[in-house]
Amino acid sequence: MSQSAVIDIRDVSKQYTVKNEVLPVLERLSLTINPGEFLSIVGASGCGKSTLLRLLVGLDREYQGEIRVGDQQVTGTSLDRGIVFQEHRLFPWLTIEQNVGLGLENSPWGEDKKKQAIKEHIELVGLTGFESAYPHQLSGGMAQRAAIARGLVNRPSILLLDEPFGALDALTRSRLQGELQNIWQREKITMILVTHDVDEAVYLGDRVVVMQPRPGRIRKVVAVDVPHPRDRSDPSLKALTEEVRAEILHVSPSN
Amino acid sequence: MSASAASSAASLSTARFLRGLVVPLIALLAWELITHYKLANVHLLASPSAVLKNLTFQIEEGELFSQLLASLRRDLTGFLLGSFAGVLFGSALGLWRIADRLLGPSFDAAKQVAVFAWIPLISVWFGNAEPAKIVFIALAAFYPVVVNVHEGIRSVSREHVEVARAFRFSRLQTFKKLILPAALPSIFSGLHLALIYSWLGTLGAEYLLAPAPGIGNLMIEGRESLAMDKVLLGVILAGLVGFSLNSVATRAESYFLRWRVRNA
Repeated sequence: MSQSAVIDIRDVSKQYTVKNEVLPVLERLSLTINPGEFLSIVGASGCGKSTLLRLLVGLDREYQGEIRVGDQQVTGTSLDRGIVFQEHRLFPWLTIEQNVGLGLENSPWGEDKKKQAIKEHIELVGLTGFESAYPHQLSGGMAQRAAIARGLVNRPSILLLDEPFGALDALTRSRLQGELQNIWQREKITMILVTHDVDEAVYLGDRVVVMQPRPGRIRKVVAVDVPHPRDRSDPSLKALTEEVRAEILHVSPSN
Repeated sequence: MSASAASSAASLSTARFLRGLVVPLIALLAWELITHYKLANVHLLASPSAVLKNLTFQIEEGELFSQLLASLRRDLTGFLLGSFAGVLFGSALGLWRIADRLLGPSFDAAKQVAVFAWIPLISVWFGNAEPAKIVFIALAAFYPVVVNVHEGIRSVSREHVEVARAFRFSRLQTFKKLILPAALPSIFSGLHLALIYSWLGTLGAEYLLAPAPGIGNLMIEGRESLAMDKVLLGVILAGLVGFSLNSVATRAESYFLRWRVRNA
């Protein structure tokens, strides 16, 4: 449980090579993320936002430039950076409790403390009573809650979220957005959310990074100076949402 | 699940069981009628009652039990050896790319050779007696296990591997927590197939290699003395043993894989 650290992304570029053809995905991207900040990254598909997140997690190590967390260069995954994917990715042969416990496999904590942490995090995401259910017995929203609990259970100082609510129905999505905001306020950790949902990005983010595709770059960073917890009908949120939407549409009118 | 739901599920499976009995009972009745009215040559088709009489005779003589036991012992020894080797070989193919590249193509080629085609070679190398039979049965069990274990390990999803990487699982943790449980359904299908194939292999081995106590032997004796009741008894026993082995495997499978989505 280290102190939150500044995340420094400097001049990061990445390309894929497909059949001897080089496709730039990210081009000289620089960004600094403050400890405890909620940062949203939004953009049309193909803008490299998910790629950027994979680099931050450490799942993909092939890039140029520098990504530092505190004074450490990112060279691989770290228990200090939790991740929630778009699909819940729970292990179907484990119960919810055991799935959440996966996050503690390599934790130095004792058994009692682990049990306590699992219990607390299941409670935090509102799944008390479903500890011994298997993933296929849960709805999509509940499974995604379990995935959030798994990402938070070892108390990382950074939580990365890759379109975590993208596959959920609208109602469940807005409920989980509200809950994520509460969790963030309570845990006071850095959260980085990648999404293509502009409302979600603005509702949750302290800042919204708008990316543009081919190759992926930052188009604009919009500060959302509205205190949390936020009210969706807040007029300044609405105005900012429109501003961000206009930035994205301007880039890709075909979408 | 409520008590009434449980009991209705039970009555449903009873109904299914009874329905499954309809065709065999009709066949039995037809068989009895055909032989009773001598619609077929009784020397070539013994009546059910004759088979039953032969069954009680064999039981009284103490023959049946020892024949059955000999076959089962042979079957299980071959099955265990073959599937153990199959799990090892299939895991090697699945876990190490280099093993897959080196051995995979040869295995795929060898797999194409029908298992009975190995009999001449086996009898030259291992003789005609018990060891040869067990090698043959083990070979019959080996193939489906290798194929399924290999496939099971290869089918571990990339997405889950990324979860393991995010939590910094060691190789051993990844194997224990992810690869093994993910491959388990496939491993079980392999073992299940192996159980069926090794029983077929047992009968084949008893029939094609040197005579020794066993169900196959019962049938050979029957054929040679034109005792069709004995032959048919052998056929029925072989079917019943296969059926039982299959249902034991099915039960074990659904117990160990109870986390899977139940298909209605």
